[in-house]
Amino acid sequence: MAELLEVRDLFIRYETVDGVVEAVNGISLKLDKSSTLGLVGETGAGKTTLAKGIMRLVPNPPGKITKGEIIFNGKDILKLSEADMRKVRGKEISMIFQDPMTSLNPVMTVGEQIAEVISIHEKVSSKGAMEKAKEMLEMVGIPAERAEEYPHQFSGGMKQRVIIAIALACNPSLLIADEPTTALDVTIQAQVLDMMKKLKDKLNTSMILITHDLGVVTQTCDYVAIMYAGEIVEYGSLRDVFKNPQHPYTNGLFGSIPSLAEDVDRLKPIKGLMPDPTNLPKGCKFNPRCEYAEEICRCQSPETTEVKGIHVVKCFKAQGLV
Amino acid sequence: MHKYVLKRFAMLIPVLIGVTFIVFFILALTPGDPVTIILGDNATAENIAKLTEELGLDDPLLVRYGRYMLNLLKGDLGKSYSNQLSVADQILERFPNTFILAVAAILVALIIGIPVGIISAKKQYTWLDNTFMVLALVGVSMPVFWLGLVLVIVFSLNLRWLPSQGMGQGFMGILKSLVLPAVSLGAGSAAMVARMTRSSMLEVIRQDYIDTARAKGVKESTITIRHMLKNALIPIITVVGLQFGQLLGGAVLTETVFSWPGLGRFMVEAIKKKDTPSVLGSVIFLSVAFSIVNLLIDILYAYVDPRIKSQYKVQSALGRRRGE
Repeated sequence: MAELLEVRDLFIRYETVDGVVEAVNGISLKLDKSSTLGLVGETGAGKTTLAKGIMRLVPNPPGKITKGEIIFNGKDILKLSEADMRKVRGKEISMIFQDPMTSLNPVMTVGEQIAEVISIHEKVSSKGAMEKAKEMLEMVGIPAERAEEYPHQFSGGMKQRVIIAIALACNPSLLIADEPTTALDVTIQAQVLDMMKKLKDKLNTSMILITHDLGVVTQTCDYVAIMYAGEIVEYGSLRDVFKNPQHPYTNGLFGSIPSLAEDVDRLKPIKGLMPDPTNLPKGCKFNPRCEYAEEICRCQSPETTEVKGIHVVKCFKAQGLV
Repeated sequence: MHKYVLKRFAMLIPVLIGVTFIVFFILALTPGDPVTIILGDNATAENIAKLTEELGLDDPLLVRYGRYMLNLLKGDLGKSYSNQLSVADQILERFPNTFILAVAAILVALIIGIPVGIISAKKQYTWLDNTFMVLALVGVSMPVFWLGLVLVIVFSLNLRWLPSQGMGQGFMGILKSLVLPAVSLGAGSAAMVARMTRSSMLEVIRQDYIDTARAKGVKESTITIRHMLKNALIPIITVVGLQFGQLLGGAVLTETVFSWPGLGRFMVEAIKKKDTPSVLGSVIFLSVAFSIVNLLIDILYAYVDPRIKSQYKVQSALGRRRGE
């Protein structure tokens, strides 16, 4: 399959008064056309920063992409001018943000907000843009006549549908969804996810789905990347990572999910907390929380190595060195 | 919405009763007798007694207040003690001048204040923001009459560009004579508006919907106006409305410095002469004007923010249900 996106050795830093936040540390990943990548990790792992980095929306100052390449459809978007980048945003890459309650402009009708992105990227009259906006609303299951209404007249799930309509209005080839269902309750989560999956298949869109919900990943993704402290510690197809997890952190994540089949008294959480991104540990960034950590883990950072095919891991234990 | 407006007008009645009551009694308590001021120091006791009776000043205070309020209900603001002219006519003759001055001053405030506030917010903590905010602090702190005098010295006496006194004839004449008073009156308001615009913009500048707009590929200038400013507008409108109301009534100093033939100066003259009907008439007129400005601002909210519009609707629906 053709390659849509390749991130090469990306570093993103936030320079604050308290020190330099090392949010993204040398991430490389690839995404094929019309496939879905799940980006999994705890809060603070750098998932959102990576997503904003791909959109070139890292707030500057204090944020800065210090190194790396983002090849999208064959061109490095980090080298584009701001005006050219605006043509990419919303048209070729779209993003859905975490909280639907605050992601819509409260003083514009939802129709206007969908029509805005259409009139920026397509040569249509404002009337034509509104027509298309109404079509998009219908597509996400909202009656077209509600286009005249304002965000406060919609529920959370409906707002997220509107946001999805905005993101898909110009038929982008890549959709980045940053925890699109975290703020919704469980039944609405299922509806929204289901709809996103259907629309993605219908429009042939690739997707990066950011989440900390492994259940959501199994339902929607083809590939999984596990993120920890700004690095991808394990990457592979859904089956590789779920059936044959290699990294102790990946195993820890699975260990902290309650099982329906077995009778377990207590869950096994991963001990400790995500390290302070202004003061990351030396060596493997997971070593202070890792039960297998040895001397080598504390002084050297492991290389990313192949497990089998595309399945890769960044761990000395998986390499057999510990 | 209509019901809301009517309700707000009804609320004017207690406000006016309160205002007239307070002003009436304060004027009665101040030393000095209007009759001796009218007749001068050499008046005979007989003339004084006669005029006192004519003006009804020998009646008890509450009776006088009651009589004044009854006349007010008929729309009669009485006659000036000093020149026997109708107070209402004198006010209506001068109010347009005050109104023109207030509008000009608020335009100065908007044209300077809003862009300065926006730039300050977008360049927060840079030297530009710091400079603007220091200037705004100076603007807020500067006494109006002092700024007025400085402007007169520089632009009228030294440069001889603009007139320093009175109101010119014809459109250009009025415009020319309007510049200095409007600037000196508007400077303080401009500073207030700038500070409010800045803080209100800072509230919205990092909202999630701004990220959404950026992710759509919207131009930064469009984001600033359509997505940021429109959301930041409510507190700005509030400040502008209050400032405008104050400018209508509070142009006293500016009008005095520039000899502007407006209501403020009329009121000061009337207070000096203990001309109770003129003072009362002016205060009532200005209270009504202030209340109407406030009402217009509240209605404007509904047009700027759809959430407030639906709130008004809910309120009047609740009111209707309670009324049944």
